[in-house]
Amino acid sequence: MNPLQICLLISCGLFAIGLTAALARSNSILVLLGIELMLNAANLNFIAFWRFGPSPAPASGVIFVLFSLAIAAAEAAVGLALVIAVYRHQKNIRLKEASRLKG
Amino acid sequence: MLSLSLIAALILTSAAVALSLRNLIHSALVLIVTWLGVSAFYLWAGAEFVGFAQILLYVGAISMVVLFAVLLTRRSMDEARVQPSSLRRVIAAVLAGGALAGVLAGAVLSTRFLPGAGRPPEINVRQIGLQLMGPHAASLLLVGVLLTVALIGATVIASSFERDDVSSDPDPRARSRGRLPSNSGDSHV
Repeated sequence: MNPLQICLLISCGLFAIGLTAALARSNSILVLLGIELMLNAANLNFIAFWRFGPSPAPASGVIFVLFSLAIAAAEAAVGLALVIAVYRHQKNIRLKEASRLKG
Repeated sequence: MLSLSLIAALILTSAAVALSLRNLIHSALVLIVTWLGVSAFYLWAGAEFVGFAQILLYVGAISMVVLFAVLLTRRSMDEARVQPSSLRRVIAAVLAGGALAGVLAGAVLSTRFLPGAGRPPEINVRQIGLQLMGPHAASLLLVGVLLTVALIGATVIASSFERDDVSSDPDPRARSRGRLPSNSGDSHV
């Protein structure tokens, strides 16, 4: 088997674990962590293609992952701030009970 | 290849364990191991700068933010334990995740990839900096603007704008209990 395929299989497993967690858990922090794992799986794919693929530019994969890491940091900060705001209104962070948009 | 399989086992098992634990603090701490495994994969693949950026960002910063969020959103010591989700939901989620993993693995295994270069592409920090400041300067500026807006927005969302009548109440739990019946409108019962 190609080493590229092995790397893609690893990231596919990581993505599936993240998706399962985001769908199965009812705690919003755990859902956010599942989404973070899915983002990490996408980054693994970028690096795998950069390392083993026929790449035209030597820096493209690394630059892509750096921007993606910045987006992931912004997403984590905003998501956890939303969790704290929801907790302040509802006094708990279960997703099922955060169904009102009006504060 | 042995180190790759060790890294893969570390990433996948720690991710699965972290997201199935009951205690939120434990899962946040086990996820640090997952992120360390991902950065070990980057180092194995020859992307040193990305690996150390991953350690700084995830292991250093995001895990701390997650721990702060866990600690700020609970009322007593044992409330970090979350109640289990319903069995139907867990089964449906596992089926969806398994089906997606099957489809993706089938697509990966049945695709013929072009043979790549045997050696890792030569890249060092100087070249990354030149690339970021040269051809990707506009994207770098946009990412800076995005991070500024996101962090200011996160601060605004998470900061509290308490009303005067609420903040004069000394006990926060009494006021949350006292406000709920008046909202649901059953005070005349």
